Amino acid sequence: MFFFLVPMVTMLSLSLQTCNQVTLACHLTWSWSNFPDQIRQYHSQFANSLVYGSLATAIDLAVSYPLAYWIAFYGGRRKNFFLLMLLLPFFVSFVIRTLTWSFILADQGLVLGTLKRIHLLPGSFHVLASGTAVVAGIAYNYLPFTALPLYVALERIDRRVVEAAGDLYASRIAVFTRVILPLTIPGIFASFLLTFVPAIGDYVNAAILGGTNNYMIGNVIQDSFLVYSNYSAASALSAILMAVALIGIFAYARVLGGRTIEEYI
Amino acid sequence: MGASGEIDVRLDRVSKRFADTTAVDDLTLEVERGEFFSLLGPSGCGKTTTLRMIGGFEEPTEGTIELGGRDVTDLPPYRRDVNTVFQSYALFPHLTVFENVAFGLRRKKVSKAEVDRRVKESLVLVDLPGYERRKPSQLSGGQQQRVAVARALVNQPKLLLLDEPLGALDLKLRKQMQLELKRIQQEVGITFLYVTHDQEEAMTMSNRLAVMRHGKIEQIGAPEEVYDSPATEFVAGFLGASNLLEGEVKEVAGGIARVLVDGGAVLRVPEARMHGRGVSRVRVGVRPEKIRLVADEGEASSARNSVTGTLRVATYIGVSHQFTVDGPGGRTLTVYQQNMGTDPIPAPGSGVRLEWEPEHTFAVRPSEPLAEWEEEQ
Repeated sequence: MFFFLVPMVTMLSLSLQTCNQVTLACHLTWSWSNFPDQIRQYHSQFANSLVYGSLATAIDLAVSYPLAYWIAFYGGRRKNFFLLMLLLPFFVSFVIRTLTWSFILADQGLVLGTLKRIHLLPGSFHVLASGTAVVAGIAYNYLPFTALPLYVALERIDRRVVEAAGDLYASRIAVFTRVILPLTIPGIFASFLLTFVPAIGDYVNAAILGGTNNYMIGNVIQDSFLVYSNYSAASALSAILMAVALIGIFAYARVLGGRTIEEYI
Repeated sequence: MGASGEIDVRLDRVSKRFADTTAVDDLTLEVERGEFFSLLGPSGCGKTTTLRMIGGFEEPTEGTIELGGRDVTDLPPYRRDVNTVFQSYALFPHLTVFENVAFGLRRKKVSKAEVDRRVKESLVLVDLPGYERRKPSQLSGGQQQRVAVARALVNQPKLLLLDEPLGALDLKLRKQMQLELKRIQQEVGITFLYVTHDQEEAMTMSNRLAVMRHGKIEQIGAPEEVYDSPATEFVAGFLGASNLLEGEVKEVAGGIARVLVDGGAVLRVPEARMHGRGVSRVRVGVRPEKIRLVADEGEASSARNSVTGTLRVATYIGVSHQFTVDGPGGRTLTVYQQNMGTDPIPAPGSGVRLEWEPEHTFAVRPSEPLAEWEEEQ
């Protein structure tokens, strides 16, 4: 509780303070205008964050579900091996992983360079510095966060329940839609939470794989803190991001059924 | 409703092999329509695999399975006129009791009104009306059990498979559910194929039962038959306590075999109860409650089988006395004697005579020694 509250309160109070950007001395001025100011100034980065984050989360869910399903139901004795393969990229630093992709996908890099040399792609074609690259990067980096909760949810399903559905005349499709999918909704929700929240706050992918047009709000917060030392602006942006994430989560929980959030966690 | 003579389930030389083990070994079995038939055996004997092959969850490696005269060996579960009550029930945790029971009917696109009617009916049958809106997690083990039975029976299958359905219940509830299941079976009149490792459960409920071991059937018959005239040493030991004495067959005449047991006595065994005919070394057995224990004095009645021994332990259980006797050939014998309060109880250490009727005697085929996991049962 202590470790949760102290940074939280510090951040929220900072967002209401006015700071001298030279001496870095801040004092509480209850400057609520920080919030609308920041939204006005950075609305396109906010939009980028939400769009990229949502797209990446959607891609991750679409890719992870069949993957986790396959490992959980058909992985057999090699389940743990497959899980390890899924997690292996995690053992490399986040930044290094993303940088590696920027080398692989560079305009004259391994993939594009080769394709261009054999004239399969026009010379002006590029992947980096685009929204697509950022979304792909986020989706790649957060895939294990999506896959693992789904795997756990699928793995936990009693195989006899699946057999019972088959015994009660359910086709393969009906077994999935009537039994497996409803039983994994908590897992889907956990996956969404663990992917969407960090994804909208991500700045590494946008910084490395994107161009200046693809800046996400994470990049703005980072710059405000570390480059411009504008602590109050950075805090206000963070608070807004948090609010947006919470609204998104509650909206999503509503869509999945009017249950309480505790049921999922 | 008893058996009708018509064959409902026929397994013909069915085997099931997994990677390196043979779970079911060349098994042939017929179950009649309307029968309550049990597959009884220790865990790992192949009884559940047999049931799963009949249900369509496993494919036999060899052999054919017929249901109601139709070869269903290659049909998936949902194309068979069979429903299963699973071990630990396998209720759908996200659905209400009503939706659990209605699941099969909805898949078969039965009209809404009829789903309603039939679900209500089957909940009445299992004595759970009014529980429609509950979730499985809000029910006790016994209630979940009833829902599982209703969920299967509502589809009106020709055959109901039950895989250790009472295994998770405590003893008192289990006894109650045994009677309940028996009542339901009599009410709906369909064939029940029941898998259990509990010999008492199998005996109370079944019309006939098959005792299985190592993927094979050791004996099939009515409970009384299997209990009173076990075919093998394993069956004798698995269905209650038994006393076995080793001996040599001396002569067979007039439907009676005379066996000289190691240690002296000659015992008479009805020929019909001589399993494993043609062997000269046999094991002769008698159930502990069939024996009368008396002080070793006076003349033994020539009409009865009798052996002498030394009383080791006398245990008073209230409803009965239990005696442990060192018998002929160094064998330990057990005797249960009803507490009539009339007979004097011999003192431990004294010589006693055990007497019983020749028709209560049986001879079994020897079995391989019991593995540790079988003794635990």
